[in-house]
Amino acid sequence: MEIVKQIAQSLEAGDDALVPQLTREALAQGIAATAILDDGLIAGMNAVGEKFRVHDIFLPDVLLAARAMYAGMDVLKPLLLSAGIPSRGRVVIGSVHGDLHDIGKNLVGIMLKGAGFDVIDLGNDVTAARFVEAARSREALVIGMSALLTTTMPVMKEVVDLLHKEGLGGRIKTIIGGAPVSQDYAAEIGADAYGYDCAQAVERVKQLAASAS
Amino acid sequence: MIDFSLARLQPAAAAVYAALGLKNGSEPSARSAALLPRAMDLFLATSEPRGMSRPVTADEFAAIFAGQGLNAPQAPLEEIFPQARRLELFAFTLGERISAEIERLFSGVDFALGFILDAVASLAADNAGRLAEEWLESQFGRQEESDSPPRAYLYSPGYCGWHISSQERLFAALRPQAIGLSLNASFLMAPLKSISGVLAVGPTVIHRIAGGYPFCSRCQSPACRERDIGIKE
Repeated sequence: MEIVKQIAQSLEAGDDALVPQLTREALAQGIAATAILDDGLIAGMNAVGEKFRVHDIFLPDVLLAARAMYAGMDVLKPLLLSAGIPSRGRVVIGSVHGDLHDIGKNLVGIMLKGAGFDVIDLGNDVTAARFVEAARSREALVIGMSALLTTTMPVMKEVVDLLHKEGLGGRIKTIIGGAPVSQDYAAEIGADAYGYDCAQAVERVKQLAASAS
Repeated sequence: MIDFSLARLQPAAAAVYAALGLKNGSEPSARSAALLPRAMDLFLATSEPRGMSRPVTADEFAAIFAGQGLNAPQAPLEEIFPQARRLELFAFTLGERISAEIERLFSGVDFALGFILDAVASLAADNAGRLAEEWLESQFGRQEESDSPPRAYLYSPGYCGWHISSQERLFAALRPQAIGLSLNASFLMAPLKSISGVLAVGPTVIHRIAGGYPFCSRCQSPACRERDIGIKE
């Protein structure tokens, strides 16, 4: 399993050429795709997330690691699909209606994919109805909402209220993020979680998905 | 009128790293550091900066500010603009190409480069606002020897209680379509890397925002604190 450790280390270094090469070599050695995924790619991304959390690295390094993760996943995905291995769950994300600031939302999406989630990105300027309909029709476990304007924050509450109105409040969890929002605001509007940054958002989504599934 | 040359808009590397979250004294990794020159090159190659402004009276601006009546019950600009010595509607864009390039990078796997280019472009748009502020300040001298130099600040719909729906009236008054800007049904501007608002110039004291507005208790925007500290200094 030494090669699996090398995959994790190469991923941490953001080497998007070496990761897929090592992934192919690991498969050739007979190592299961799920072991490569869990102990190589996801383990590497978890280490990257932890380094980011304690400010050992900064965001571009995380994104380079995510790119390496994607390169490894391109090798594994056909095998995982044919074996019927499920993802960690589906997450609908978007910037709320009236807001087109989407860089934070994009980063969370990249990190969630890197953590093994199936991500449906609705883009920006997304109404409450679109969030709820997408989550319901695609059987998402979590809705992630981003806002950068104080004037668009209330749309987050609209989403939470609509979920409850349609009887989905307990089943589909919600997480919010963005410069003007906070843990207090999440509690005030009844959102299930708040992510201060993309790394924390991924950790919170993992917890929400575990409690929702 | 206002010099929006790329040389003046382009942010310094240190500012980009700070915006990306690199802590003071830290060094970016070699792989990340290699991306910044590429992002700067893309910024220079794809930016098409254009800006415009026009003076507006306090009465005319009052109607623009009121917009569709959706402003927060108390908004700082409501107290600031009547005291300004001059108000100037303002809009600026870096053009469509740079936004398309950022989107292209994110839709592929070059998101690290896209993220850095996005930061460069956002800082450049901020720099355009500062250049406009400096230009407006330069139009005014001190009224009295004891006065502090007049300060100009750009206030934008969507921030600090000024509802974004006021963009509609701002666009009707300024007509920034002439520089390639458009507004969608949610009052959001395209291209993405654009800014708009009103420049208000006057004594520093009129810009002081004490905080404590209802929306301030929820807002954790670091940009606001940064400006607040700047004014206090």
